[in-house]
Amino acid sequence: MKHVWSAVAWLVGLLFFFPVLWMVLTGFKHESDAASNPPHWLFSPTLDGYRQVFDRDIMPYLLNSLMASVFSTVLVLALATPAAYALSLRPVAKWRDALFFFISTKMLPAVAALLPIYLVVKELGMLDNIWTMVILYTAMNLPLAVWMMRSFLLEVPRSVVEAAEMDGAAPATAIRRVLLPIVSPGLAATALICFIFSWNEFFFAVNLTATRAGTGPIFLVGFISSEGLFLARLCAAATLLSLPVVLAGWVAQKQLVRGLSMGAVK
Amino acid sequence: MSTVTVGRDVRKRTSRPFAPARVGARQRWVRRGPLLPALVFAIVVTQVPFLFTLYLSTLGWNALRPGERHFVGLDNYGTVLTDSRLRAALVNTVILTASAVLVSLLLGLALAVLLDRRFPGRGVVRTLLITPFLVMPMAAALLWKHAIYNPTYGLINGLLGGRTDWVSEYPKVAVVATLVWQWTPFMMLILLAGLQSQSPETLEAARVDGASAWQTFLHVTLPFLRQYLELGALLGSIYLVNTFDAVFTITQGGPGTATTNLPYEIYLTTFRKFEYGEAAAAGVIVVIGTIVVATFALRVISSLFRMEEAR
Repeated sequence: MKHVWSAVAWLVGLLFFFPVLWMVLTGFKHESDAASNPPHWLFSPTLDGYRQVFDRDIMPYLLNSLMASVFSTVLVLALATPAAYALSLRPVAKWRDALFFFISTKMLPAVAALLPIYLVVKELGMLDNIWTMVILYTAMNLPLAVWMMRSFLLEVPRSVVEAAEMDGAAPATAIRRVLLPIVSPGLAATALICFIFSWNEFFFAVNLTATRAGTGPIFLVGFISSEGLFLARLCAAATLLSLPVVLAGWVAQKQLVRGLSMGAVK
Repeated sequence: MSTVTVGRDVRKRTSRPFAPARVGARQRWVRRGPLLPALVFAIVVTQVPFLFTLYLSTLGWNALRPGERHFVGLDNYGTVLTDSRLRAALVNTVILTASAVLVSLLLGLALAVLLDRRFPGRGVVRTLLITPFLVMPMAAALLWKHAIYNPTYGLINGLLGGRTDWVSEYPKVAVVATLVWQWTPFMMLILLAGLQSQSPETLEAARVDGASAWQTFLHVTLPFLRQYLELGALLGSIYLVNTFDAVFTITQGGPGTATTNLPYEIYLTTFRKFEYGEAAAAGVIVVIGTIVVATFALRVISSLFRMEEAR
């Protein structure tokens, strides 16, 4: 009986993974193998798909994604860490209201803010500008980061904080010397989650960027119509764009749950 | 995986946040200082646009007719509320969100139970299982649309034969299946964390009392998992109600309005019909709806909080 359930677990795992495997395999096929019916399981691998993706200039899109994700993540951490501190270790009077304010902004549907944001950004001449995306992704991830960092800060033993303050160290020094080293794994986990969400974001990107500031997902828009579709090329692009987040997620599996639940589940 | 109940180890190690001390006005500002940049940023980027939406929703403004921008009061709300497309979009949003959340929650529960036992390669299986969640949603949508659903060279027809055009014949199912594939791992992770935080003693006690595995699951494990199920449903709904990538890519809201949800409908009103006033009014209505739902959702979160403090 035990073995049966283990086998079932493996089977289901492989089943869920299969579309990803299929995507990766198809990316290495010739177009004729990719579009065959029934599917070709054995094929001579080629890098044609990847070559064409790079020929069609995926690099600027990748760089834009990298810029938007990295800069917004840095900005989020810079804003969220002090805020989380003021909501946990040395809390302001209405820390609970502030905490709920942050999470309520996460529940606000993006689509309701699209039009005013679009108009303001257009008025400022910031359409198709990567810094616009940096600002928006920062706002998008801020509540998540505040909640997550707060949960990490609350884990710092009280005695450590008190000892640092007893030493007469100014709060700023105490924070830098004592707190930051302890919560650095938390910072890394928070950064990872923010990076994932920014890297994958599509809604604002498709509406506010075009050729100059287009991010990774925008490169894929061209593949939506099935007329004259090149499946191998599509799969190569999809694999390439998914790779950073898949690898990051694999490496940081333990932190993933905590980040996705905003620090509620450890 | 080191997992503990929602907030439990917070209590164990540090209890609740340190009580705000009675301090002077200057001290209060010192405390508020670190919070202000984030607070101001969040207000400016997320709240001010909403006020602007409120204002826009009172204008008769189609961007294709420049110069004709005038105050119309609540007319847009009337138009939007009686618009059959928007009502269809509302119904679709509820159907798509609810079915994706429910199915992925159930599958996630089954998978979490499967993975909550030691077996050879458990870590590998978990890694395989979380991968769909990590694939870029836009890439996942394209993958399902072309590599899996396509009637001529898609995988389903390739393996099963037949010429079924899955996307146009079963549009809702096609979208939901893609979402379920991506979100089941998420639910599984949260529920697995819940299962692993259950105390072995309780389960042992149930076993000693002669409860079968199924009875134990039904009467001990499931009630224990309740807050995790709620959390998963809540977070899943927050993300899935905003589904745009999958609809935009797989069905473009069609056929007809079969899969047009609110985000996609408002996107169409804004950038295809350029009815700015109506789009804004629809946005305001969505926000009001969200506030109603969110008030309920926040109560769930608050109850988690109270449990955190009660112990």
